[in-house]
Parts: sequence; structure tokens; C-alpha cells
Amino acid sequence: MPDDIRTLRRILKSSRTIAVVGLSAQWHRPSFFAAKYMQQHGYRIVPVNPRYAADGVPVLGERCHADLLAIGERVDIVDVFRRSEDVLPIARQAIEIGARCLWQQIGVVNAEADALARAAGLDSVMDRCVKIEHARLFGGLNWAGVNTGVISARRPV
Amino acid sequence: MSDRRFQPETLAIHAGQIPDAATGSRALPIYQTTSYVFDSADHAASLFNLQTFGNVYSRLSNPTVAALEERVAALEGGRAALASASGMAAEAMALMTLLQQGDHVVAAGALYGGSVTMLSVNLARFGIGVSFVDATRPEAFAAAIRPNTRALFAESLGNPSLTMIDIAAVADVAHAQGLPLIVDNTVPSPYLCNPIALGADIVLHAATKYLAGHGTTLGGVMVESGKFPWDNGKFPGMTEPSPGYHGVRFYETFGDFGFCMRARMETLRVYGAALSPASAWQILQGIETLPLRMERHSRNALAVARFLQTHPRVGWVNYPGLPDHPQHALLARQMRALDGVPMASGLLAFGVRGGAEAGVKFIEGAQFMSHLVNIGDTRTLISHPATTTHRQLDEAQQRAAGVLPDMVRISVGLEHIDDILWDIDQALQRATA
Repeated sequence: MPDDIRTLRRILKSSRTIAVVGLSAQWHRPSFFAAKYMQQHGYRIVPVNPRYAADGVPVLGERCHADLLAIGERVDIVDVFRRSEDVLPIARQAIEIGARCLWQQIGVVNAEADALARAAGLDSVMDRCVKIEHARLFGGLNWAGVNTGVISARRPV
Repeated sequence: MSDRRFQPETLAIHAGQIPDAATGSRALPIYQTTSYVFDSADHAASLFNLQTFGNVYSRLSNPTVAALEERVAALEGGRAALASASGMAAEAMALMTLLQQGDHVVAAGALYGGSVTMLSVNLARFGIGVSFVDATRPEAFAAAIRPNTRALFAESLGNPSLTMIDIAAVADVAHAQGLPLIVDNTVPSPYLCNPIALGADIVLHAATKYLAGHGTTLGGVMVESGKFPWDNGKFPGMTEPSPGYHGVRFYETFGDFGFCMRARMETLRVYGAALSPASAWQILQGIETLPLRMERHSRNALAVARFLQTHPRVGWVNYPGLPDHPQHALLARQMRALDGVPMASGLLAFGVRGGAEAGVKFIEGAQFMSHLVNIGDTRTLISHPATTTHRQLDEAQQRAAGVLPDMVRISVGLEHIDDILWDIDQALQRATA
């Protein structure tokens, strides 16, 4: 699983739209924290959660979809906040809609989905938080005294 | 492909700081500010909700202090760190975040006096109990654990007893009971010893000592490993909604740096023992040369120990770097070696022949060795614990604390070794003349 700093920076810098599967509308849930952070850092968030899609409830000001196939626009990263055993069908849909990266959050690890995404030419990340990685590599996480692993003589970009 | 694992000499200079985004400044700017502007009301709300990372007020976080936190976290191989105004403050941040009324701590018996007082007097006032045990016996820690025990506490190299714990063995004892091991790593510094690699969960530093290194600046740092399972049922403060921070569940939200975030947002924020940015900068300046200094401190201290061992006016020498020290094999396992010789830091103790009176005369006879109670300075420091730090105790109590009447503590500095040996020798001549 290549998820070194160079790879993660490339994924995050080349992406604009993040479909967040399992996004909660409750402000204190980790999925809401992460999606709001990414939205504030310039990414388009596309909520995917059948619970809200049926009622037409927007989350973070964006229309919520029942699944990835219902989105109907280009998606760069599919960010998965679901149990590990539920990831495989999401990976299949991610490939079908032409997403460029399957991203399984911290605690979400489905090796079969990872292999499937890779075989289809997608980038694949497991067991990492998209918000924490963005903050680690593009500034922000060092605010909290976290060991980012970044050693460099260049200004942050 | 994986990221390069940088060596401590590189981390000591680079970790936690890249050139400033706004100015390109290569050296770390001192952000001498109390507060930070919000971009909008929504930005302010996100910051207060911890949904976005950023500074609000320097009692909680400051960019200069954050560079110190990350650097020490990196040097310790930890996930995150929290700085505070002194080493004692770092200890208070760790214990007051971890413990509540009715809890109990099992602690090494030969701790720094300030730590003994915090545990046995100050925290006792809040209904927290402590049992002190023989630090050299891991089974003594195991035997003292009670149902309400919530932490094991020890020093990697005791001050001034120079007692070591077998960190891996005590960590196993702690983890078997679902408890974290807290290790004060002040005396070895992260260059000589990394307790987290041996199993410790929280590491404390009085940055005042070897990290800052020049006797100028107070500071403390707490590091968390990121590996402790806080959801094992014993630490509801980590897993339940925080009444002190509008319902945030720290472990679920921040994962492997949840303990530092909780210590920052609940404990540091409320008790206020924040480190000043100017002090953080001074400590970081010191850390850049930490590996070089620790090598020389250790080499000089070993030379002093060998000199004292053969000196006719010296009764005994306690320095774990000496091959005949009872814990020398443990030292070799837990500490970094230089050219095959395990380094034991700069602290040693010895007895002047002639008892307490001779000890006092030795202190008064020194020419450039300074009589004071700090350690980890570039200067060689000497003290006579029986008549200073421990003078309120009677002789029996002093012996229980590892303080003998003739005991002199030396924090060996970075002066030329020949000059240090000369000053020790001439002071010994005066003391026993």
C-alpha cells in the first residue's frame, strides 16, 4: 500500500471533489468534522448517505445522494466512513463512476476492496483520515503538536 | 515506497519546523501573540468546535510552542506532544488529565522529590492515592496494582538516585492490567533513551534540563505514544462526551493523538500552565545541539566517575555508566551507545570521606563548579542534598529517599574534562585537609 508522503500529496493536490460515503449530518460526528474541514480547504464535498438522500436533506449545504451511482458528476476521491465489511460494493461503484482514488478512513480496512481498486488503476488508501492527512501534509496538524513526519527546507505549498 | 526514517541528529534540527509560509524565514519565528484573528464567524465556530485546526489563544496553542511540541514528539518516536510551563507542569497535565477522584497510581519509590510531593501530598488532597514501590523490581509494580489503579509512573533514570526501571518489563505489567505506563525521561533525554520504543505510553520531560541545556529556561513536554487503547473501559474521560468541551469524544474524534488533545483542551486550557513562545524558542535552540551535548556530558561524566573511583578521599561512586554498577547491563539495553560504550547522561553521585561536614566543605571548595540545584546545564553543577533539598528530613528519612550524609550530586557539564577533574580534585583536597 504506497501511502508515503509523496503519494498522499499527489492524491490530495490533484483532487477537487470528494464523495463522502456515510457522511453524518450531526456536527459532533467524525465524518462531519472531516468533511467540513475539507470543504473549508477548497474541496467540493458530495454527501452519500441513503438516510438523508430520501428526504432531500442537504448536508454541509450539498445535496445528498443514496449511492455513488446517483451522483452523475466527476468524483476524484471516494472517502469511506463505513464498516470494513461494507466497503467492497462501494469500491465497485467507485470504479464504475470513474473515481480516481478509494480512500478508507481510520479503522476502515478492506484489503479486497483495496486490491480491486488498485487493479482498476485507482489510487487506494486505507486506515487513514483524509482530514488528518491533509492537515499533516499541507499545514494545520502541527498546530496540535502532532508528529507530522514532514522534514523539508521548502515553504509549505 | 515508504518515507525515510530520519536520525535523531536530523530530527533535533528539523522536526516541527519548515520555512515560514509568509516570509520564508529559515529560523523559527517567535510568534509573540496572545490571540489570533478569525476569518469569519463560521471560522470562529469551526475552531471552537475543533472542526478545523487552528490557533485561538496562546494558552491553548501557539505556532512557536507547537514547533517544540512536534520536535520532542519526533525525537521520542511519539504521535503527539503538549508543552507546558515547566517539567512539573507537564507532569501535572498528564496526571490531571488521566486521573480523577478515587483513582490510584503505582509509582517508583526513588522519584524526583517534586514528583513524590505531587503524588503523595497535592494529588492526595483531590482523593487520588499512590503506592511507592521498588523501581528495580517489575513484580513490585504488579503487586501494588489495585482495581482503581489508573497509571504506573517511573523515571527512566532516577534523580538523584540514578535508579533505572526495566521499561519493557514494567510496560508489560501495566498493559496486562489495561493501564498506561508514564515515564519521566528527563535525565537521559530523548537522544539517549526512547521509552516509547520500549513500551511506555506517555513520556514526560523537564525541558528545563538537557533539552534546553543551558540553564536559562523553564519548560516541560508531555509526549503520547499513540498506541494506548483508551477505549478499554477504564478511561471514560477519553471515550464519553466531554462536559468540559461541548460533548466531544476525544478518542473517537482524534484517535491516536486524542490524549494530547484532551490534555490541551480540558487541562491546559483550564489550569493555564502554558509555555511562553520565547521560552519555547530558547528550548528549541538548545535541542538543535542535544545529540552533541549528550555525547559530551556522558563522556565527561564517565571520566569523572572513573577518576572518583580511584580517588583516596572518595568513599563511593554511583554512576550507571561504570561497568560494575548493578544496573549497567540494563543501561546497555536501554540507552544509546557511543563507540560501543553505553551513555549514561551527565548525572552522578558520590560520597566524600568524612561525612556530611566533608561534603559541605567540598561544595564550598569548588572554584568554577556551581553550587545550585538544577541539572543538565552546560556548566558543571554540584549540590549536597542532605543540607539543601532534603534538609527538612531527619537522617533516617534521608536514607529512605536515597540521600546519604556524605552524598554529593554532580551534573557534569561541558567544560574541558581536565579542568573539571582539576576542580573536583582541589575541592576534595580542601574538604578533607
